[in-house]
Amino acid sequence: MNHPLPRREFLKTTTGLLTGIVVAGSPLASIAKLRIAPGRQRAWAVPLSAFTTAEATTLMAMARTIAPHDKLDDAAYALVIKAVDATAVKDDRTHKTITEGIAGLGAGFAKSPESDRVAALTKIESSEFFQTMRLKTLQVLYSSPIAYAYFGYEGEAFSKGGYLHRGFNDLHWLPDVPLEASGPLPEPEEQM
Amino acid sequence: MAAFDHKDDSVVVIIGSGAGGGTLAHELTRRGIKVVLLEAGSRQSLDSFSQVPGEAFNQLTWLDTRTQSGNWGVARDFPTLPVWHCKTVGGTTVHWTASCPRLQPWELRARTTYGEIARASLIDWPITPEELEKYYALAERRMGVTRRNDIPGLPASNNFKVMYAAARKLGYKQVHTGHLAINSRTFDGRGFCIQQGFCVQGCKMGAKWSTLYTEIPDAEETGNLDLRIESTATRVEHEVNGRVNAVIYRDAQGHEQRQAARAVCVAGNAIETTRLLLLSESSKFPHGLANSSGQVGRNYCHQITGFVWGIFDKPIYFWRGATIAGVIEDEAINDPRRGFVGGYRIELVALDLPTLPLVGLRYGWGRDFASIIDNYRNLAGMFINGEDLPCADNRITLDANIKDAYGLPVAHIHVDEHPNDQALRKHAQGQMSRMYEAIGAKRVVVGPTPPATHNTCTARMSADPRDGVTNGWGQTHDIANLFISDGSVLTTPGSANPTLTIVALALRQAEYIAEQMKAGQV
Repeated sequence: MNHPLPRREFLKTTTGLLTGIVVAGSPLASIAKLRIAPGRQRAWAVPLSAFTTAEATTLMAMARTIAPHDKLDDAAYALVIKAVDATAVKDDRTHKTITEGIAGLGAGFAKSPESDRVAALTKIESSEFFQTMRLKTLQVLYSSPIAYAYFGYEGEAFSKGGYLHRGFNDLHWLPDVPLEASGPLPEPEEQM
Repeated sequence: MAAFDHKDDSVVVIIGSGAGGGTLAHELTRRGIKVVLLEAGSRQSLDSFSQVPGEAFNQLTWLDTRTQSGNWGVARDFPTLPVWHCKTVGGTTVHWTASCPRLQPWELRARTTYGEIARASLIDWPITPEELEKYYALAERRMGVTRRNDIPGLPASNNFKVMYAAARKLGYKQVHTGHLAINSRTFDGRGFCIQQGFCVQGCKMGAKWSTLYTEIPDAEETGNLDLRIESTATRVEHEVNGRVNAVIYRDAQGHEQRQAARAVCVAGNAIETTRLLLLSESSKFPHGLANSSGQVGRNYCHQITGFVWGIFDKPIYFWRGATIAGVIEDEAINDPRRGFVGGYRIELVALDLPTLPLVGLRYGWGRDFASIIDNYRNLAGMFINGEDLPCADNRITLDANIKDAYGLPVAHIHVDEHPNDQALRKHAQGQMSRMYEAIGAKRVVVGPTPPATHNTCTARMSADPRDGVTNGWGQTHDIANLFISDGSVLTTPGSANPTLTIVALALRQAEYIAEQMKAGQV
């Protein structure tokens, strides 16, 4: 993920950097069409404008606790943090809510075991900080191409002719539905 | 397209271009009546429909603030979005899933059929079933409804195969791919359904009936339609004698405009229709227009809805295919032995991945919540569509504190569920869970009640003017040239998705308005 800004701008506005490694053969690798040669790896970096790297690391752990999908790339969660960061840059109140919330969780949160993280978040569940993070996580995490690939969702279909000939009725572990309860496939000659 | 003068008081002004307003606009203009159609939203097209779920939601949805209260689940789960309808040319027919069942004769006689029920404000419809059936038949032909008039049903999707097998296990007999206003073959110059599963984002095939690309262009072709987009009505004005004579609205630039009118038809979805009538209060009508009965905004119904998901050990890919192409009608009966009056339909449903965690699952987080989404490929889905009981205090009012961009109070929605509503939902969720378990679901997940989409009954038709807001033609009891032309006029909601009924009533109302105008009564 290359940063679009020139280097000088990049240095001026960046407060932190989230980084990670792309796993060969992962959904992210295939989405990004990254050719990763055997024995080599590819890293990504997401620049932040409101949070420090340490703060963002806490938020990453929080997003992973809210919506734990163990084999889903960190990059998918980094998009959540990027979205929170973008909101916090524009809105001081959000920035304050989030940074204070992070401080409240303490420095050890990200490295603590999941059961401890769940306990810590349960304690603050009714807070604006948690609710903001929960909603943002659900809004962003499942909307990215990485998530589509991971969960198997095929998405937009118009440009591919719908699912009419791409598996909308390919389930064969149950009996077929009689014609009188369904209907015929559209006639091929109708397709223009 | 025509452009009529703001001072031209021979035009009929219709507010809202959805199922009711869009259909009425076509029916009046083709009879030679000049219509100014005010639509608050912008105009999309097959080309411009976004197929990114979040973007599409923002493109089509009425997002202006509403507030809410009451014990219904929506207030807890969706505090900022009590209702989900559209703000765009074509209204909610752009995002609807096109299910077109008819109300049954006994549903039009709810008070007689169900009897006296504590807290409920039931009345019978002022229209006979025979009368309504004539217009159902016209509406079905107009919209190309499947499994009617020799139009074949849609083919069975994977999700429907699961529903069908599960329904048969429980002994249900009336199970099919539904009466849908979705083309199973080319019809009316529109293509057939290619099973995209993007009904809610706007059908890029135009296979699904929407006034956006059927009634409205047909109305434009008559030369009698002046469609004004991004135009939000804020007040209906009246003469000293009480007849309405103009509509005040904000145009696309935010400037206030005044359009003179011979008659006004309000079709802004029950929420905004109520709000406009209440905002139009005057010294002659101190409680709002057409509200001498005090019934405007009361008896708000939204139908009992809710998701049930089955998780299986094999893939279903339930997002592939028309969203709602499946129905079980066996429970759409009145059998008080079930513990409630009124009936419900079980309808097929699927949600795209981004929407599932936001709308389809009860509030949650952590391992259990995430594990449902981990099974996304293996989910099957069904939806309840059941009758809720009207209650006088379930109502739309003007919020005392929150104002919109023009300084006008926003709509407030209050719903305390009737015990009958809760009993019906519980029964439906139980049956749907048993269905999935009967064919080997690993787990059944009961979802929340989503934001209401079937907003009805807040300006209901009534034989006695004290019980409702309009007569059987949607003409307000108080003002002869003020009509209500959307789901607000339903006397009771029944268990049928409301759009077909709204269209049938609009077709019927258009005949009546044209006759009344010819006779000089309007």
